[in-house]
Amino acid sequence: MTTLAVTFTLNGEPVSLGVDPAARLLDTLRYQLALTGTKEGCGEGECGACTVYLDGVPVNSCLVPTYQVRGQRVETVESLDPGALEPFERCGATQCGACTPGVVMTASWIREHPELLDIHSIRELMAGNLCRCTGYDGIVDSVAEALRKT
Amino acid sequence: MLASDGAAIPIAGGTDLLVHWPVRVDAHDRTYVDLSQLDALKPLSWTADELVLGGLTTYWDVIRDARAAREFSLLGNAARQVGAIQIQARGTWAGNIVNASPAADGVPVLMAYDAVVVLESRRGREEVPLDRFYAGYKEMKRRPDQLVVAIRIPRRHYSYQVFEKVGARRAQAIAKVGLAVTHSGAGWRVVAASVAPTIRRCPAIERLLESGTPIASPEAVAGHRSGRRSHRRHPFERALPHARDGAPAVSRPAGVLGKAGVTPTRRVAT
Repeated sequence: MTTLAVTFTLNGEPVSLGVDPAARLLDTLRYQLALTGTKEGCGEGECGACTVYLDGVPVNSCLVPTYQVRGQRVETVESLDPGALEPFERCGATQCGACTPGVVMTASWIREHPELLDIHSIRELMAGNLCRCTGYDGIVDSVAEALRKT
Repeated sequence: MLASDGAAIPIAGGTDLLVHWPVRVDAHDRTYVDLSQLDALKPLSWTADELVLGGLTTYWDVIRDARAAREFSLLGNAARQVGAIQIQARGTWAGNIVNASPAADGVPVLMAYDAVVVLESRRGREEVPLDRFYAGYKEMKRRPDQLVVAIRIPRRHYSYQVFEKVGARRAQAIAKVGLAVTHSGAGWRVVAASVAPTIRRCPAIERLLESGTPIASPEAVAGHRSGRRSHRRHPFERALPHARDGAPAVSRPAGVLGKAGVTPTRRVAT
C-alpha cells in the first residue's frame, strides 16, 4: 500500500508518520496515534463529536484528509485542561459522553475568543455540536459560566 | 496533472468530498489534487469596483470580514447558515459552486449579486457569469483541467437584499427551499435553490418585479381560496418585496411560482 509521509504539530509536539492516502485525520488520531478522546459520530460533518482544532480553529476531523494537515497545528481534546469539563458537569450538560469531547473543544475555543460574541451567540457557535442526551440549555449555560470565570 | 488526467479531482476544504468517506471505498482509489495549501488563493480582496473571493476563501473568512457583512449582507447571512463553525472554517465558496448542488447555500446569494466565476488552466483564463455556469444537474461550464481561482462580485448599491432558507432546523440543515432576492441599479435578481436541477434565476418573477406588476404570495392565494389566513408565511412571501418595504406591492398571477414546483415539504420557522 502506498503511504504518504506527513509531518505536523500535534498538541504542541512535532509528529512525522506515514499514512494511508485515504486516512481521515480522525482515523489517524484514533488508530495510529492512539488519541481516542476524539470520537466519531455521524461521519458526515453534522454532529461535531470529532471536533479538533486545525491551526487554532474548530474543524470536523472526519472531513479532513490527513495529508491536508501537513505543516499545520492540530490540537485534540487531550490537549485541554481537564478543568474545562467542570462547568458541563455542574450544569448537567454531560450524559452518555459521545458528544462531550467535541462540545468541550468548541466551548474552549469560544472561551479563548470571547470577541466572537460581539457578532455570534453562544448557541450559534455551538450549533455544530449535537447532543442527543441533555439538550442544549445546559451546554449554553456551561459555556456562559466558563466565560464569566475567564 | 489536471490537464493530463481528466479523472483527477481537485480538493479544497473536503467538506463535501469526505462525507461518509469510509463506506465510499471506490472514491478512495481516485486521484485527488490537494489545493488546500495554495495560500495565494485564500484571501478575499477589495478593489474600487469589486469584491474578489479567492478560490480558497472560506465561509468563515467572509463571516469575519466586517466590510463584506456591510456591503454584501447576504454573503454573511448565507455563510452563517452553512453548517456551523466546523464547516464554515473549511468549506469554500468556490467549492460550493463546483459541487453544483441544487440545494447549495452559497451559490444563490452569489448569483443574486451577479458573481462571475474565474476559471484558470494552463490554456489560460476564462470568466463565466455564475447565472450561466450550470448547464444541468451537476453539469457546468468547467473543463476538468480548469480550477476556480476567483469569484468576482461587482460592488453596487443595493436597495433590497433578502436571503431565505427553509431547512429542518436552523443550523446544519440542507435547504428544502432557498431564495435570494436583490435589487440594485442593475435590476431585480430572484434566485431559487432546491427547486430545479440547478440553482437558477427566476426571470419571470424578475420581469414582474421590474414592471411593478402586483404579485400575491402562494400563501396569500391559498388563504384566499380556502377563505382563511394562515399565520405562517411562505418563504417566498417573506423574501419577496412588499409595499411596506418601499417596493411595488406585489401579488402573483397564478402559475408563475407554481411552475417551478415550489412547495416546501415542511414549513418551519427559520
